[in-house]
This record gives sequence, structure tokens and C-alpha cells, in this order.
Amino acid sequence: MAHSPMTDHDDAYDPTPDNSELEAHLQTKNMVINLGPSHPAMHGTVRMRVELDGEILAKVDTEIGFLHRGFQKSCESVTWTQVIPYTDRLNYVSALMNNFGYLNAVEKLMGIEIPERAKYIRVIGAELHRIADHLTATGALGLELGAFAAFLYGIEARELVADRVTELTGARLTTNFGRIGGCNRDLPPGWIEKTIKTLDRTIELADEVGGLLTRNRIFTDRCRGTGVITTEDALDHGFTGPCLRACGVNYDIRKAKPYWVYDRMKFDVPLGKNGDNLDRYLCRVEEIKQSVSIVRQALEQIPPGPVILDDWRIVLPPKEEVYSTIEGVMAHFKLVMEGVQVPVGEVYDSTEAANGELGWYLRSNGSGRPYKVHVRAPGFHILSGVGKMIEGRMLADLIPTFDTINMIGGEVEQ
Amino acid sequence: MSTWALDQIQQHLPEALASRYHDRTGAEWAVVKRESIALVAAALKEKLGFKLFISMDSVDRLELPENTPRFEVVYFLFNIERNEHVRLKVLVPEDDCNVPTIRFVYQGANWAERLSWDFYGIHFTGHGDMRRILLYEEFKGHPLRKDYGLRERQPLIPERPIKDIFRGPGTNGTSA
Repeated sequence: MAHSPMTDHDDAYDPTPDNSELEAHLQTKNMVINLGPSHPAMHGTVRMRVELDGEILAKVDTEIGFLHRGFQKSCESVTWTQVIPYTDRLNYVSALMNNFGYLNAVEKLMGIEIPERAKYIRVIGAELHRIADHLTATGALGLELGAFAAFLYGIEARELVADRVTELTGARLTTNFGRIGGCNRDLPPGWIEKTIKTLDRTIELADEVGGLLTRNRIFTDRCRGTGVITTEDALDHGFTGPCLRACGVNYDIRKAKPYWVYDRMKFDVPLGKNGDNLDRYLCRVEEIKQSVSIVRQALEQIPPGPVILDDWRIVLPPKEEVYSTIEGVMAHFKLVMEGVQVPVGEVYDSTEAANGELGWYLRSNGSGRPYKVHVRAPGFHILSGVGKMIEGRMLADLIPTFDTINMIGGEVEQ
Repeated sequence: MSTWALDQIQQHLPEALASRYHDRTGAEWAVVKRESIALVAAALKEKLGFKLFISMDSVDRLELPENTPRFEVVYFLFNIERNEHVRLKVLVPEDDCNVPTIRFVYQGANWAERLSWDFYGIHFTGHGDMRRILLYEEFKGHPLRKDYGLRERQPLIPERPIKDIFRGPGTNGTSA
């Protein structure tokens, strides 16, 4: 990643006031403050019990679970296909990546290969939502550091992307797109041209956001050197995605274990080196550009053909078959009542979501319903390390740190 | 997949592994003896370069054909240089639901172990902070166990004074 020279800094940041003899010594007690669960900077429902020594965070205790919905228990009681809408609600900023990540794991467990065109549609959808996710994260970071205009540009671009997603899936946020064996619908007519125009505009707006923030002194002063995590701690806590790459670790599943058609795409993985808020922000800004380039390549290369398998044991038959043939009715009935039969077995599979590795440990006992659905949400592990990033620092550092880790309540609290 | 790491473990800590097998996608698993899991995790991290903690969770095998011992704890670790996952499994009987913690090997296991305690009631010895993580502390039972009903209800708990800042809104302040 092209690092601006601004990110080179020494570790001289020290928030403690110097012990000048002219300063009156104040005998203070540590004060316990609750941040959240309902607090504008807490992005949903995290509660932090912070112990303050003056303005310095002496101790941070993160409490989660206010948004717990029983995701796993719900999944275990429905068919494999009915899990897909639940996955929308994990990372609700980029629902397509959750849908596709889950489907990818199920298809791996079943040992089926989806059609080429479906793979391209998945890449396009996932990258569009990566753009949306990063735009939201960077925009919200600006917003909470006082740069409201940057947020508006970011959201304008995100809305354009959301419009394309709406045309593709029929919903802005809870997409419920993709089925086991492919995608449930093809790209709408004229969508490719529209998307290319959207990408042009998105890049313009993303540059606008970058122009407002990247060289903004107020913004960089609050981000540089704050929320630092060392590479060892980041790996130890299970950081992935932009948060890990900001520490300089080159780990991106799209490159490490390419799935779908990522091996045919040319893109760079931006790396930071300081592991601070500014590097995480810069990584996201660069990833937006890389994702735009991936979508363009995919739209160029996308082959014609079916978007879903033609196997009625897995995929619902076309409606004209259901209404006119006995085989169609039977296949439809079996699939709706009993669900897709996933063979007995277990699998761990992961895809690169906007915030990092979205992993699924699935277990099937052959009953037509998942026996176990474990989701490895990237935000869960990143949030567990947030105490380490801000303890001993100023309270004000908590705000950009909480923004750049981009914790999403839905996936953390399942 | 992940054969190298398991070969190394087999070679250096042969008594730690109970068995190895391949799942139907071809990925290799190792069943680690319960008392050796911290040792194996430390060897994987320090000697074999599995520095990235991916995830861990538990499975209740009550409704599976093979259900003794009842619980399984699964671990996923990753080696970035070798681009290799390792998948480990520990079997835990119901009457002795204890597993040695790996929290002091991988810090990320702290919350993951609390999650297993919360939802499966598996206790991690030596963890030192076995609080529930997603559910509230008065919750009765462990909801991801297969014998916990889907629509089971919880008893109502008394509302607590809001002023207790140490335990947060909705707590009664009886224990700090």
C-alpha cells in the first residue's frame, strides 16, 4: 500500500501529564463510568464499564450480549435453506457476504460445485457490499470525529450501492440472496451498465471522503498512534481483515485460499504497518478502490449460462414444472417440507468478509436441518481485543478505535 | 490439509493425540486428549507458527448416533506462513465437564471459552473469569444443549435499582 509519509511516527505519544513541580498535585480517585449499552458511540449495544483516572482509561471491561437473538439455536431448528435469512442479520451492513459465506460452507459440505455465472454474481455481490461496508465504516469514523460532511458523501455512495443491491436482490439490507447451489436470480437487464456508472460515481465520492479526511489535521491527529495493537496481540486475539492487515500481516482469504473466481481477479491487498486507527482507516479506503476494480473485472468477464444448479434434490424446480408435472410437484414438496438433504459430516470453511474472516463450522446429522451452526464472526474476536488497544490511553481515543474496528452488534452477539 | 502440523504433533507429543481422521471434505482433524490440549496449543503456537487464533466452539452430541462422551470442544488455528489450518477436537464427558483453558496460550480463547461456558456449560479450568458472555447471569441452564427446549422460558428476575454503576443498569448491586 502506498503509505503517505504522514503515517511514519515515533512512539512518543504519552497522554500522562508531566510531573512538573509547578502543577498542583490533585488527589483523585478512579471514577467508574458506564459507556453504553445505549450510547451514540457504542454502535449498537455494547456496554463498556471504564475506570477513569482523570481522562485516562485505567481499566476497560467490555460487556456484550444485549443484541443476542439466539442465532445458533434458531438455525438448529430450521432447514438449511431457512438459515439464509438469519445470516442477513449477522453483519447487517454487508448481508450478501454473510449469505454467500454460509452457502459456500454448505456447498463445500455437500461437495457440489456451483455454475460459473453464479460464482461471478457472488463475487460481484460480495465486493459491492464490501464497498458499502467500508464506506459506512470510514464515514462513521469521520462523523464521530466531527467531520459530518465526509459521512454524508460516504452515505451517498453507499446508497447508490444499496440501490444496485436492491435491483439485484429485492431488498436494501436483508438481502436473503443466493440459494444452495447458486443464486436465486440472475442479474436484471441493464444492471451491468448501471453498476459500472455507479462504480464511477462511488469512486468519485470515496475520493471525496478520502480528500476530506486523509489529510485533515484534526482527523489524523486523533487517529495516528491511537488504538495501537501489536502484531502479536492482534494474531493472538484472532484479528482478521483490515484490522490485522493494518498491523502489516498479509492475510486475506481471497488470496490465501481463493474461492469462487477470486484467483482470476487482479487486485492488491493493502497493508499498513503501525496497527493504529489511521492505518486501519487507510486500509479500508484502499480496499474500496480494490473492490471497485474487482467488480469491474468481474462484470467484464462474467460468462452467460445458468445461475443455479439443475438438480431438483437441491434446487427448487421452475414454477412451470411445479404446476404442470408430477415430478416438479414432488420435488417442490420434498424441498419445502424436508429441506435440502445435506449428508452427514462436518466442515469448517471461511470467506473474507468486510471485517475479516467469516468462518462457519457446520455439522450435519443427515436430518435436513443443521445439527450445529457455529459462526466465527470477525467482530467478536476484534472486540475482545479492544480493551488491550485503549487501556492506558485517553478516553477520547476510545471513539476512533471503536469506529475503526467496525464492530457490528449483529454478528458479535449472534 | 493440515497434515504437516498434526504429523509434527504426532512426532513430538505422541501421547497427546487420541486419534486422527479426515472429514468428508478431506480436511484432517485430530482428537486431542483432554489433559493435553493446553500443551498441544502451546506447541502449535510457539514451535509450529500457528499464531492466528481462528475460533473455538463446542458441540452437544446428544442426538448424534455416537454420543458418549457427550460434548466436543473444537479448535481452529491458522498458520499464515504455511497457509494451513489446524482443526482440533477434545471430547468432554457430561459428568465431568471440565477442559483445561488455553486462554493463556491464545488470548482470543478468553471470550470463546466464556461463550462455551455460557451456551454449553463446559467449564474451563484455570480460566479464572468464567462469567456468562452473551446471556445474563441469572439465566438458568445452557441453551445450546440439545435437551434445552427451543421455546423454553426463563423465570422472571426482579428488577434492580438503576443507580448501581458497578454492575450496570438493571442490576441489584448485591455482588460487585
